[in-house]
Amino acid sequence: MSKEIIKIEDLKREFTMGSETVHALRGISFDIKEGEFVTIMGSSGSGKSTLLNILGCLDQPTSGTYEIDGVKVKDLSRNELATIRNEKIGFIFQSYNLLARTSALENVELPLQYNSKVSTEERRKRAIKALEMVGLGDRMDHTPSQLSGGQQQRVAIARSLVNNPVMILADEATGNLDTRTSYEIMSLFQELNKQGITITFVTHEPDIATFSSRTIVLKDGNIIQDYKNNKVQSAANELAKLPQEDH
Amino acid sequence: MRLLNLLKIAYKAIVLNKTRTLLTMLGIIIGVASVIAMLAIGEGSKESIRATISSMGSNMITIRPGTDDRGPARGSGGDVQTLILEDYQLIKEKATLLSNITPVVNGGGQVINGSNNWPSSIYGVNPEYLDIKAVGLQSGSMFTDAEVKSASKVALIGQTVVENVFPDGQDPVGQMIRFNNIPFKVIGVLEEKGENTFGQDQDDVVIAPFTTVQKRILAIDYLNQIMASAISEDDAPEAVEQVTEILRSQHKIMETEDDDFTVRSMEELISTFSSTSEMLTVLLVAVAGISLLIGGIGIMNIMYVSVKERTKEIGLRMAVGGKGSDILMQFLIEAILISITGGLLGVILGLGATVFIENFLNWPTSVALYSIVISFAVCAVTGIFFGWYPARKASALDPITALRYE
Repeated sequence: MSKEIIKIEDLKREFTMGSETVHALRGISFDIKEGEFVTIMGSSGSGKSTLLNILGCLDQPTSGTYEIDGVKVKDLSRNELATIRNEKIGFIFQSYNLLARTSALENVELPLQYNSKVSTEERRKRAIKALEMVGLGDRMDHTPSQLSGGQQQRVAIARSLVNNPVMILADEATGNLDTRTSYEIMSLFQELNKQGITITFVTHEPDIATFSSRTIVLKDGNIIQDYKNNKVQSAANELAKLPQEDH
Repeated sequence: MRLLNLLKIAYKAIVLNKTRTLLTMLGIIIGVASVIAMLAIGEGSKESIRATISSMGSNMITIRPGTDDRGPARGSGGDVQTLILEDYQLIKEKATLLSNITPVVNGGGQVINGSNNWPSSIYGVNPEYLDIKAVGLQSGSMFTDAEVKSASKVALIGQTVVENVFPDGQDPVGQMIRFNNIPFKVIGVLEEKGENTFGQDQDDVVIAPFTTVQKRILAIDYLNQIMASAISEDDAPEAVEQVTEILRSQHKIMETEDDDFTVRSMEELISTFSSTSEMLTVLLVAVAGISLLIGGIGIMNIMYVSVKERTKEIGLRMAVGGKGSDILMQFLIEAILISITGGLLGVILGLGATVFIENFLNWPTSVALYSIVISFAVCAVTGIFFGWYPARKASALDPITALRYE
C-alpha cells in the first residue's frame, strides 16, 4: 500500500459575504495516495476552486483537517504555508503565469530561488533537467513571447517539477490550449505520472478525466462521485487518432 | 532569497522600464545635484570671505579705544583718547600669546611729489606692522627700530599712491615726497593687496614710523589703535582675553564696569561676515532638499504603479513559495536601487554643475565631501522611506487574489 500524500477529513470552508454565509465546501473527506493521477471535476460554483486553493495551501479551511505529506496545514502561519508551497507543491495554472521577458530557464528556476537550501549551481542543474523532462532542452533561452501556448505550459510544468514536489496541482492546465496541444500536454502528464509523480488536476472538461486514474466530482460543496477509472485512455493514442493537420 | 537574486530582479525590473525609471530618477537626480551645487556655492563664498579677511592677516588682533556702548552720546572709537603708548608697552611686555605688536596712529592728508598730489592716509607704526598685516615689500626696505626711535622722516608707500604721485613710472625708492607739507624720504614700496572685503583700497596708504606721525603730523600723545598678531590662529581668542585682562588692570577698570577699549580678532570678523552667507546656504539647501523630497514622492508613486502592474507576478511568486518578506525586500530593493542610481547620477551632475558655475559664472565654489556623503545617504534613506509603503502593500497581498488579478 503506497503512502497517503493528501488526507482530508470533514473539510469545510465558509465565506462571509455581507450578512450571508456561503458554504463553499460542506464537509468533504478523501485521501490521495502517492502515484495517483486524480482529476477533480465540477461545474462552476461546485467548490472546486476553493478546494484547489486549500489543497495548494493558499487558503485555510474553516474546519476539518488537511494533511499534506504528514504535515497538518491548519493553523500554520503565512510564512509556514509559503514554505510548504515551496517544498511540497508544484503549481500549474490555466494562463501559464510565466514571468514575461524572462528566459524559460529562469522561469523554471523561480521556485528554487525561494529555497535557500539550494545553491545557485544546483538550481541551474535542476532547472535544465526539468526542462529536458518536458522536451524543451533546446529552448531554454527563449522568453515566453517566443514560445507557443503549449510550449509555455511545458515551461510551467517544468517549473512545477523543479522543486521535486510531493504533488503537482494543475488548475485547468489545458483550458487555454487547442485539442491537439491539450492532448500533448495530457500525454506529458501521463508520462510524468508513470514516473511516479502524483498529480491532482482540476478541470471541468469530462474528456480530460478519462486520462486520469481517479475522478472526484464535486457539486454544491459536496463530493457526489469518487471513482477509480479502470480503463485509462492513453493521451498519446488519442493524439494519434486526431486527423492530421495539413502541412 | 539571496541578495544577489533580489538585486538581479530589481535590475531587470528597472531595465524593462527604462524611460519610466529614468523619469522617476530625474527628481532624485535634480535634488541631489542641486544640494551639492548649492552647498558648493555656499562653501565657496564662505571660503572666499575667509580668504580676503585672511589676506588682511588672519592672526591679527586689533585694540581700539572706546567701546560700543558707553554712555548716551557715543563717539566713534577713534575719538576717545584712552589708549596710550604705555598700554602698548605693557601688552608687549606681558602678553605671551602675541608674536608681533605695533602701536598705530593714523590720519589723512595730501601726498605731494612735485606737481602730482593725491589724498591718502598715513599710518604711523613700528617695523612689526608688515608681519601683522601680512604685507610684503615690492622694493626697498622697511624702516628700522632705530629710525622709529629717532622719529626719522622715512616712509613706505602703496601701489595706488605710487601710480598717482609717480605717474611717469620712475622708481619711487630714494625720492622725496611730502605728506601735509612734511617731507619724507621714500625707502620702500608695498606689494599690491587690492581691495579688501569692504571695498577699501588697501594700496592707498603711506606708512611711516609712529613716532614721526604722532609728533610731526598729528601732534597727539595717544594712539588710535594697537595692532598685534597672535602666535597662531587658534591662539587668537585666548590672546584677545589676555590683552583684555592686561588693559583692564592697567586702566583700573572695576569688575562691574565696561571696558574702555575693544579687542577684536579677525576670527570674529570672519564669523560675522560668514553668518550671512551661511544663512543663504541654509535657504538654498532647504529648497534643494524639498526637490529631493519631491523626488522621493516620485519614487513612491512609481513603486505603487509597479506593484499594481505586477500583482499577478507577486501572486505567482507567493504561490511558488515566496514569503511576504521576500516580496517586501524585492520591491524595497528596487526602490533603493532607483534612488541610489539617481543619487549617483545626481552627484555627477552636481559636480558638473559646480564646475560650470566656477568656470562660466566665475562664482567661487568648493565641493565639500560631506555634501556628497550627506546627499547620497539622504537618497538611500529616501528610497527606503518611500519604497517601504508600496513594498509593504505588495507583501501583504493575498496570493489567491493576486493570482486572479487581471
